[in-house]
Amino acid sequence: MKYFRSHVLVCVDPECLNKGAHQVIDALNDELVATGLINEVQVLETSRIGGCANGPEMMVYPEGVHYAGLTTDDVPFLVEEHFLKGRIAKKFLIPGKSIEDEELSAPTSKEIRVVLRNCGQIDPENIEDYIAEDGYMALGNILSSLSPEDVIEVIKKSGLRGRGGAGFPTYLKWQLTRNTPSDLRYVVCNADEGDPGAFMNRRVLESDPHSVIEGMTIAAYAIGASQGYVYCRAEYPIAVATLNRAIEQAKSIGLLGDNILGTDFSFNLEVRMGAGAFVCGEETALMSSIEGNRGEPRPRPPFPSVKGLWGQPTNINNVETYANVPQIILKGADWFASMGTEKSKGTKTFALAGDINHTGLIEVPMGISLREIIFDVGMGIKNGKEFKAVQTGGPMGGCLPKEYLDLPVDYESLVQAGSMMGSGGMIVMDEDTCMVDIARFFMEFTQEESCGKCTPCRVGTKRILEILERICDGEGRDGDIEQLEMLCQEIKSNSLCGLGQGAPNPVESTLKHFRDEYEAHIYNKQCPAKVCKAMIRYEIMEDSCTGCTVCARNCPVNAITGERRQPHLIDPDTCIRCGICVQVCNFNAIEVV
Amino acid sequence: MVKTVDKIAVNDPVNNPEQRAIIDQILNENRHKPGATMVVLSELQNKIGYISDAMQIYVAKQLEVPVSTVHGVVTFYSFFTTTPRGKHTIKFCMGTACYVGGVPQLIEKAKQVLGINLGETTADGNITLEACRCVGACSQAPVIVVDDDVMGRFPAKKIPQVFKNLQQE
Repeated sequence: MKYFRSHVLVCVDPECLNKGAHQVIDALNDELVATGLINEVQVLETSRIGGCANGPEMMVYPEGVHYAGLTTDDVPFLVEEHFLKGRIAKKFLIPGKSIEDEELSAPTSKEIRVVLRNCGQIDPENIEDYIAEDGYMALGNILSSLSPEDVIEVIKKSGLRGRGGAGFPTYLKWQLTRNTPSDLRYVVCNADEGDPGAFMNRRVLESDPHSVIEGMTIAAYAIGASQGYVYCRAEYPIAVATLNRAIEQAKSIGLLGDNILGTDFSFNLEVRMGAGAFVCGEETALMSSIEGNRGEPRPRPPFPSVKGLWGQPTNINNVETYANVPQIILKGADWFASMGTEKSKGTKTFALAGDINHTGLIEVPMGISLREIIFDVGMGIKNGKEFKAVQTGGPMGGCLPKEYLDLPVDYESLVQAGSMMGSGGMIVMDEDTCMVDIARFFMEFTQEESCGKCTPCRVGTKRILEILERICDGEGRDGDIEQLEMLCQEIKSNSLCGLGQGAPNPVESTLKHFRDEYEAHIYNKQCPAKVCKAMIRYEIMEDSCTGCTVCARNCPVNAITGERRQPHLIDPDTCIRCGICVQVCNFNAIEVV
Repeated sequence: MVKTVDKIAVNDPVNNPEQRAIIDQILNENRHKPGATMVVLSELQNKIGYISDAMQIYVAKQLEVPVSTVHGVVTFYSFFTTTPRGKHTIKFCMGTACYVGGVPQLIEKAKQVLGINLGETTADGNITLEACRCVGACSQAPVIVVDDDVMGRFPAKKIPQVFKNLQQE
């Protein structure tokens, strides 16, 4: 194997590609050839490192220096400074992050990286990189020294629970599938990460695909399956391509396929793509989709572990669950169980998004408080605004207000508070967010994504949406709140699958915690957050307006009039409240009243 | 779906020798797979760009499944379309972060510039506007996807430039 003294990992995420990551890679290679360093420094492609906003970005190892914002013209300078002279090119360091910080932040930070440990650290397109990080060692260990029952016992001791959101004990699923008599069993990975605001699984698949493949192979050994499927949503083409390449590589060196590592254990893996149906993230709907049918859920029981894919016992776990498995085998059940709370063990990845300073992926031990996540890891609310609510669990989850900031993040506590763990989307909202509008947004989502098989979900979500739309349009009526509460109850208790049963959660939780906002909309015809168009007006402040005409030129309905260099005026009857004028105004002269 | 085979449009992919060859190749590569219907339809959508009624009938016959099954699958999933899209597709991410982050304003601007609604294609067949589900680039909200390029933190004022670039290509 060739030895390189230094590795440059260039991010090829869509955002960085757009900013010319490939051109920078080419320029780097050219420059390394020109300076004679091509045999000492290796340039590799990797997935997101965390600074795409200033892309193209790259990590240089072994120093662990994070550079961003380079153009091809800067490459000769960088190569000379960093690789020839051995000095860090300070002007390309990620703003606000010095190398010292990066090294020091690890022990003081509240994050623990188990699932994300390799992300951005290794080349996802090269299986050797994964193997160098102890990859496939867990698989080797169990094949040589553990029986399938032993493997299940280790997972049981670790306390690992499903990371897809519901938190069913993983070992139990494996055991039930194993104990169902059959000649044919399947292992399925649910990579249909459809919750808006969640992208943890995409990241793992794109930057550490082998950890999922290894986890699935271990599961297959434990339950006695020989065929597996990864069901990935069509919105993630890069993840699908990375996974397919990884499967080919694993096959080519005997880590997948027939007689793995020379034993008589065989396991084949195939990627199946979804086609844009959210409900397919529900396990029975997902199986219908793999079978080639409409992705409609089936009643449970029978559970997939008894009667799943093509009627055979099937084990379905989420991407993150599988990615945890190799580490548990390697480091032991006790190590895993030492993290987290009594009932929720290990770590959980979250995708922080919304009005928060540090957006992106995080991985924290279970039991950490929402406050620590939002204000310590996420570095607080954007623009110094007030925290209003945090939404966890995707469209089936709920919104929690500031009274719940000290809630420990584990499966039981979140459910008790009226939300849920979900797959890990966490959307933080500031004071400018209207909670009725947010409830309406989620209802629009579930209503559209309802597969239509059962009536409570199909019709009930539509009725809720109609009421919410009416309230947002300023036509709320006395009795609407009571009607919403009744509908929520009915849908919850009568729907066939998790989508319907969870659909009322955003409405119920906002009704519980932000009832005053509903009342303001209905009785006072006011939107306290100034979001709902029917209840707001845009006005130009005479003092601040310079008469630059930008707003008038951009207004889609020509509602803004005024002479050049004179304060402008918005005609409220013509205005459609699209908000474009606020966006384009350079003087913050437009106010919402 | 009352169309019969003799009513197929002349320019339908099943009548076009080149596209017909692609369809047959996709069928041959995947017909042995369990659950082949989804795999075949995904590939067709990818390579041909849409799945016409005639294509659905053809696929059903080849895979030996009822036409109703194929049609049911095509209409269930939002990625499958039964009519051709424009040469370029612009998708607006409707994930929560993007919704909060200003995608509604971007859509408004795009509609204004092109004079078409979401789900429609410009008269010259060049650009289709669509809303799509979360593309998982939430930390870059608001996000639009131009063909296969994800563009994050997208300001409304850059919308006309995007259209101009596509028009020129």
